[in-house]
Amino acid sequence: MRFGVVTFPGSCDDVDARLACARVGEAVRLWHADRDLDGVDAVVVPGGFSYGDYLRPGAIARFAPIMDEVIAFAEGGGLVMGICNGFQVLCEAGLLPGALLPNTGLRFLCRQVGLEVVRSDTPFTTACPPGAVLSIPVKHTTGRYHVPPEMLAELEARNQVVLRYAAGANPNGSVADIAGVVNEAGNVFGLMPHPEHAVDALTGSTDGLCLFASIRDTFTRATA
Amino acid sequence: MKARVLVRPKAGILDPQGQAVERALPALGFEGVRNVHVGRLIELEVDDPSRLGEMCERLLANPLIEDYEVVLDGLDRATGEPGPA
Repeated sequence: MRFGVVTFPGSCDDVDARLACARVGEAVRLWHADRDLDGVDAVVVPGGFSYGDYLRPGAIARFAPIMDEVIAFAEGGGLVMGICNGFQVLCEAGLLPGALLPNTGLRFLCRQVGLEVVRSDTPFTTACPPGAVLSIPVKHTTGRYHVPPEMLAELEARNQVVLRYAAGANPNGSVADIAGVVNEAGNVFGLMPHPEHAVDALTGSTDGLCLFASIRDTFTRATA
Repeated sequence: MKARVLVRPKAGILDPQGQAVERALPALGFEGVRNVHVGRLIELEVDDPSRLGEMCERLLANPLIEDYEVVLDGLDRATGEPGPA
């Protein structure tokens, strides 16, 4: 299968995201100003500082020409994963619920965290061992996931929380320790941690690979 | 027409920036300061000020986490009447 990884001006994790995708399939770059997805089978919106994080992280990127295509692709059921700034972009675009606020500690955080896989039945987590705690790095300043209380209750009731920071390891003050969520339809996924930085033992963990493998497996099953 | 858009963190949402400023002021001898919040000021000139609300909703603010207030220049903020020059 072919993954498309969006590159905005200011993206900086797009290359790692392509390398991670290339471990489980083919990976191509999608340019922010383009108006087609090059026929890819899944889209990754990577981390970085799209458009300099001007105004709010993701606020400008969501109006990039490529995002019209990503939104149409997602509305048609295509698999879309947003990582870090990509998560912020998908929230701003209205593809995912909630918003990301400055970390409670106000510091830029760069560290390995434990992630509890709450659901291993989403298109993005089927290849993760059930009940697994993944070791994946976070690196962000604006990673505090926020939804108002009534929306949080809905999210929990619909089982849209996919990843939580392990007990006592919430690095940024995210509500209910939420690290990753899916949309109601289950085909759009966003997470603050960086699975693309955890695909080679050289950098300490290969736990991020199962998310990319899950997308490939889901796509392969759907087209078999 | 000149306008200003004031964007602030929504009430009730933890504002660590405001808290950090609030803690810093007494360190400089400025006592008796409470409820500090840090937001954003956006200045702009618009042909059609009636569209400012939509601009705020769609781009200038994120209504889920921020409140906004539109101030048209030359008008008093409280009354909307022409204010002192």
